[in-house]
Amino acid sequence: MRSALIALALPLVLAVGAASAEAAGQRLPAPVGSVVHQGDLVITGADGSVGITFRDNSLLSVGPDSVLSIDRFVFNSTTHLGAFESSLKQGTLAVVSGKLAKQSPEAMKVKTPAAILGVRGTEFLVRTGPSTN
Amino acid sequence: MFEPARRRTDPRNLVRLAPLALLVLAGCAGRGDLYVLLPGKGGHNGALIVTSGDGQRVLDQPYAAARVSRTGSVEAVATTEAEVRRAFGPALAAQPGRPVSFYLYFLADTDEFTPESKQVVTQIFAEIARRPAPDIVIIGHTDRVGPVPYNDQLSLKRAERVREDLRKLGIPKVRISVAGRGEREPEVPTADEVPEPRNRRVEINVR
Repeated sequence: MRSALIALALPLVLAVGAASAEAAGQRLPAPVGSVVHQGDLVITGADGSVGITFRDNSLLSVGPDSVLSIDRFVFNSTTHLGAFESSLKQGTLAVVSGKLAKQSPEAMKVKTPAAILGVRGTEFLVRTGPSTN
Repeated sequence: MFEPARRRTDPRNLVRLAPLALLVLAGCAGRGDLYVLLPGKGGHNGALIVTSGDGQRVLDQPYAAARVSRTGSVEAVATTEAEVRRAFGPALAAQPGRPVSFYLYFLADTDEFTPESKQVVTQIFAEIARRPAPDIVIIGHTDRVGPVPYNDQLSLKRAERVREDLRKLGIPKVRISVAGRGEREPEVPTADEVPEPRNRRVEINVR
């Protein structure tokens, strides 16, 4: 687990039910208003869901039994350039892309164990099946 | 929904169905992953490019969907809006409020709202306060009457007044940042010293 000290992202978490953020190998509860950092894992329980607003106005939300890794978030609020990479390891994810994806089509990527998703300014859904191997 | 239909089969038919079953397994059973493009706001659908180890598919129509098959290719999946809403209900319900901007206008040379703005301010503040964890940026502006440094002060005073109102509604001060841009960014460009009510405003950006 990477350290969460790189606080480039300043997202806001809206958590419902059981949700936690794992940073530097430590799992902590994530109540409403929590801040997520690059390198964090966002984890929801069977009754949990979480919505996160990122600084570029990207909106990510996960449903129950989900694991989302915020791999990389870099955003220049003047040029709108940067990179946003996340991985849905498990569960369901809804995405509304923000200024990063609008500025450059290569900037936003969402990974799953089976595929890499490129994003051209859009809204979409991702489901990753339960890991079987 | 997105699972292959389970059906009881007469054992006598199994042999006959075996090749078909294999095909179904190879083609559809996949890993349970699913990618769906949603309709964009304002008619811009954009596109989602799904790339697997062994293929690629571009989704550019609302509710176009794909998954990765066992063989590693990306294949289209037929979905309907209702199926998608069911399968992703909790994730969709958890989406944070979309970023939104509000404008309030002021009487000349004051931090007092105009009568029109007074009528809508309660409603606007209520909408902001409804968000569980709002991030608020308030930017004050003035028209071009008076010296630049004076207008810098006045625009900041207007922004701070709105912050104070929001704070009274229980929104923590740390969630609100303020700035005064003075007469630098008029909504309606004018010559210097021209009174212009549309420029005497604050912009409240909420996300």
